[in-house]
Amino acid sequence: MGISDIINVVRSVTDLGLISSLTVLALFLSYSMLNVCDLSTDGCFTLGAAVGAVVALSGHPYLSILAAMAAGVASGFVTSFLQTRMGVNSLLAGIIVNTGLYSVNIAVMGGASLLNMNKTVTVFTKMKDLLDGTFLSGWYKVIVAAVAVAAVIAFLSLFLKTRLGLAIRATGDNTDMVRYSSIDPVFTTTVGLCAANAFTALSGCLLAQYQKLSDINMGQGMVTVALASLLIGGTVLRKSPIPVRAVLAVVGAIVFRAVYAIALNLQMPAYMLKLVSAIIVAAAISAPYLKKKAPELFKRIKAGRANGNA
Amino acid sequence: MLELKKVCKTFNPGTADRKKALDNVDLSVSDGDFITIIGSNGAGKSTLFNAISGGFFPDSGRIILDGEDITYTPDFKRARVIGRLFQDPKTGTAPSMTVEENLTLAAGGGRWLSVCGRRERENLRGRVASLGLGLEDRMNTPVGLLSGGQRQALTLLMATVNPPKLLLLDEHTAALDPSAAEKILAVTERTVKEQRLTCLMVTHNMSQALALGNRTVMMNDGRIILDAKGEEREGLTVDGLLRRFREVSGEELDNDRILLS
Repeated sequence: MGISDIINVVRSVTDLGLISSLTVLALFLSYSMLNVCDLSTDGCFTLGAAVGAVVALSGHPYLSILAAMAAGVASGFVTSFLQTRMGVNSLLAGIIVNTGLYSVNIAVMGGASLLNMNKTVTVFTKMKDLLDGTFLSGWYKVIVAAVAVAAVIAFLSLFLKTRLGLAIRATGDNTDMVRYSSIDPVFTTTVGLCAANAFTALSGCLLAQYQKLSDINMGQGMVTVALASLLIGGTVLRKSPIPVRAVLAVVGAIVFRAVYAIALNLQMPAYMLKLVSAIIVAAAISAPYLKKKAPELFKRIKAGRANGNA
Repeated sequence: MLELKKVCKTFNPGTADRKKALDNVDLSVSDGDFITIIGSNGAGKSTLFNAISGGFFPDSGRIILDGEDITYTPDFKRARVIGRLFQDPKTGTAPSMTVEENLTLAAGGGRWLSVCGRRERENLRGRVASLGLGLEDRMNTPVGLLSGGQRQALTLLMATVNPPKLLLLDEHTAALDPSAAEKILAVTERTVKEQRLTCLMVTHNMSQALALGNRTVMMNDGRIILDAKGEEREGLTVDGLLRRFREVSGEELDNDRILLS
C-alpha cells in the first residue's frame, strides 16, 4: 500500500466520518439530551437522501439541502406527535415512522429504489468548481462536510444554552421538573425531535450527493452505527461542556470509520460493518451495568466455592 | 384566594380496587394563610395537593384560584402560580444540570431563544446566597452531586424564585436528616414570611402541625374532618388533636410515620 493509497483512505475516512457525524450529532440531541432513542433515524436518513436527490436532480443544489432538512423536520414532528399526543411508546413511534418512511422514500424517488446523480450539480460539484485551480481543489469534499458539521456544532452549542435548549435538556433529565417550571414537555420534545431529524436528513442528503447515488437502503442500520460512534466519543468525558461533547461525538464518528477502514484492509468483508457496530453498541451500553453488577457476581461465585458447589 | 368546592376523585373506578381518594372536599383558603395538614395513611393529603396542582382533573367539583377557575387547567400552566415541594428532594430538580441551569429554567421569563445574561446570573447567585447554605459557590455543580438538604433548599428557591400565589409543601423535610430538616424548615418559614406566601403544608409531625402556621386541617378517608383556626387552635395540644381525631372519625389516627413528640 503506497503513500497515495493511505492518503486516499484517510480522506475517505474523514469524508464519510464527517458526513455520518451529522447523524451522530442528531442522536446527541435526541438520545443524550432528550433521552429518546429515535428509531426513525434510518428512514429519516434515507428520506433526506431521497428528497435531496430529487431536488438536486431538478437543478437546485442549494435548495436540496434545505428541502432535505425540512423533510427531516416533518418526519421528526410525526414521531414526536405519536409519542407525545397519541400515547405511542417512544421506541414504537420511531419504528412505526421508520416503516412508513420506506414507502414515502420510494414515492419521493418517483417509484424507483435508486436515483443516480452522476451528472447532477450538487453542493459537492459546486464547491469543486469554486475551488478549481486553488491549492484546496483536492479537498472540496472534506470542506463541504466540515462546513456542515461546524454549522451543526455551532448551532447545538448556542441552542442548548438558550432557555429552550435548557428546557430540552431538562426534559431528558427530569420531565416533572420541566412541568413544575411551567414548561410543556410536549413542546420541548417536539422541538428537540424536529431539530434532530433535520440533522439526520441533512446527513443522508450529503451522503447521497457525495456518492452521487440515492438508494432506498442507504439508511439501514444508521441508528446503530451512529449510536456506536456517539458512545465511542462519549465514554471519555461525560461531564464536559456541551461543545466539547459535540466535538467528541464527531471524533467518535471518524474513529468508527477509521476502525472500519482498517478492518476492511485486513480483509474483513464489507457486509460485516453492521455486525461490528451492533457489537460495539451492545458492549458500550451494557458495560456500565456489568461494571455495577460485577462485584455481586464475584461474591456469588466466591460463596458458591465456599459451599463446595463450584 | 383558593376555593375547593365539592371536589371528588375516585381512583380505579369500577374495579375491586376502587378508592374514593377525595370525597366532597370543601376548603377555603384566605390570602396569607399557612395551613398545616395532617391525617392517616391514605387520607388523601397528597391527592388533595395533586388536585390543586393539576396532577389529575377531579371527577366533579371546582377549584378556583384568585377568582379564576383552574379545575381543568393543565399542570404546567398552573405551575406559574403554584409552587410545590415533595418529600423526595430528587423530584423537583434536573440532576445532570447545574444549580444555575436549574434556577434559570425555574425563573423563566425572557424569550425561548434568549440566554441567561450576566446580570440575571448575578441576581440568581444572590438569591442562592440568601439561603445561607454556601450553595452560591457551587453554581456550576450538577445538582445530582448535592446533598438531599441542599437539593431541597434549591427546589424551594426554584418554587419561590417568582413568588407563587400558593406554595404546596408535601412533607418536604421528611426524607432529610434532622439537622438538614431543621435548616430547610427555617428557610421555608423565612421565605413564606418574606414573600407573604399562602401556604399549605402536609406534615406527619403533630407538634409541628400545631406550632407552624395559623390553621390546621385534619383529613381522613378523603374528607376534611377538622379545620382548626384562631382560638380553637391555640388551645389545641397534640393529645387534644388525637382525641379530636378519635371523636370525629371513630378510629385511632393510623400513620406509621407519625411523630407525637
